[in-house]
Amino acid sequence: MFKGKKVIALGERDGVPGPLIAECLEAAGAEVVFQKTECFV
Amino acid sequence: MTAYLRAAANVLVHAPDLVRYGSKPWREALRNDQSPGDVFADLRTFGEAVGYPPNQAFIGNLPPENLGEIPSPWYENPLAGASPEGAFGEILPQDSFYALLEAADQFGLLILDEEHRGSRVMGSESAAALLEREKPPGEYKQEEVSGRIGKGEALPLFQDGELIGCVRRDHESDESLDARILLENLAAKASGAYALSHLLVKENLAPEAIEYVISCSEEAVGDRYNRGGGNLAKTIAEMAGCVNAAGVDVKSFCAAPVYALVHAAALIEAGVVGNAVVVGGGSMAKLGMKAYFHLEKGVPVLEDVLGGVAFFLTKNPEDGPRLNLEIVGRHPAGKPSTPQGLAEALVRDPLARAGRKIASVDKYAVELHNPEIMLPAGAGDVAAANYRMLAAMAVMGGEIAREEIPDFIETHGMPGFAPTQGHIPAGVPFLGHALERMRTGSLGSTMVVAKGSLFLGRMSRQADGASVLMEA
Repeated sequence: MFKGKKVIALGERDGVPGPLIAECLEAAGAEVVFQKTECFV
Repeated sequence: MTAYLRAAANVLVHAPDLVRYGSKPWREALRNDQSPGDVFADLRTFGEAVGYPPNQAFIGNLPPENLGEIPSPWYENPLAGASPEGAFGEILPQDSFYALLEAADQFGLLILDEEHRGSRVMGSESAAALLEREKPPGEYKQEEVSGRIGKGEALPLFQDGELIGCVRRDHESDESLDARILLENLAAKASGAYALSHLLVKENLAPEAIEYVISCSEEAVGDRYNRGGGNLAKTIAEMAGCVNAAGVDVKSFCAAPVYALVHAAALIEAGVVGNAVVVGGGSMAKLGMKAYFHLEKGVPVLEDVLGGVAFFLTKNPEDGPRLNLEIVGRHPAGKPSTPQGLAEALVRDPLARAGRKIASVDKYAVELHNPEIMLPAGAGDVAAANYRMLAAMAVMGGEIAREEIPDFIETHGMPGFAPTQGHIPAGVPFLGHALERMRTGSLGSTMVVAKGSLFLGRMSRQADGASVLMEA
């Protein structure tokens, strides 16, 4: 379902970090155009 | 030689008129061409901040676990008869904090009116001990204050919404010596010194007896050539009268307090020093960080306090709770920065190396951010998420069954109770509670687990973390 799609990956420190989301989606065929991890504390 | 943790202090500074200078309120005001004072004009009173149950847990008057028995929202259920004096902490009102800021200022950065200049600390022996009694009175010129504010060289300071003076920049083009940055650094210094002073007063320790101070504060002290290179530890030691103490800063975002404890204990065990203090001052930048979410949802602005922590470690007398340096968790640069990767590196692996199981630790002190601050912003319950991860590790290791996860969390965890002050909630606010429990025999061990967001500085996408086991 992600093949050929452009993706923005927003992660969170105590949840799932951005690079991990990006890695999973790239493996599923998506193109990650932006990724970032945020910290709300 | 062993490093014993002898004392802990958790302090809060109620600073509603400084919320406007938190990073988020400040940026939003600039963006919307507003006065931040208009948005944040009606914040909690000192009495409301004192009666707030998580604040009472922070200063040691309420076991954190008891928060679970108080109906939510906690801000609507203040503790009757709550005191600003705690078992191992204290809450300071803002006007007294201005006196500490003034005492922290050696460069005439603060210009306060006659009413607010000089010693104005009431009801806090720890804060009063920090005041420099012989400060020259100086002259307050309203026109000078207005002129500096008007030209953008100074930030106005308020008490109950009334102008009482300003803090000025100390260089016309150095952003590192800008008025707001200097106020941020002075706030970290003054609140850190307040925590250290509280530790000394409560434990009846002579400031001169302290040999070494490590600051885990997050502020970047320095000028344009060395932003962040500065040493808050030594300035805090000086302010608290620890004239025989050298000092150094340890930094790794919110993981710094645990690193600092490990470093202090290691210096003692190696015989380099006989005692050491770890101190962390408050983060003005984080005041009001989620305030707009709170206002939008009818929640009071709960990020109206600065936090401060201090811990005293010593080699003598040789008894009591200690830091076990054989069980220290580190997160190597090659390890994935995932919640699982961090939990393995910080909890599972150091315990396994010592032949211990995850469930063998009585209590885990993880990131103890108050969920009532986090949840309205959609930022999740950080403490609960961390405990779920540890429970999942115990399941994966075959220590407990999947059905036992809720029991594991209740037994080995606690609700978050610390204000969102970055490094302050990083496990260490529980140490005061742990000390009391270990002395009465109701707790055998606690592991402090802290995480740091390295990626915030844009130098790496990694996270960081550190942990250490404390035993009775």
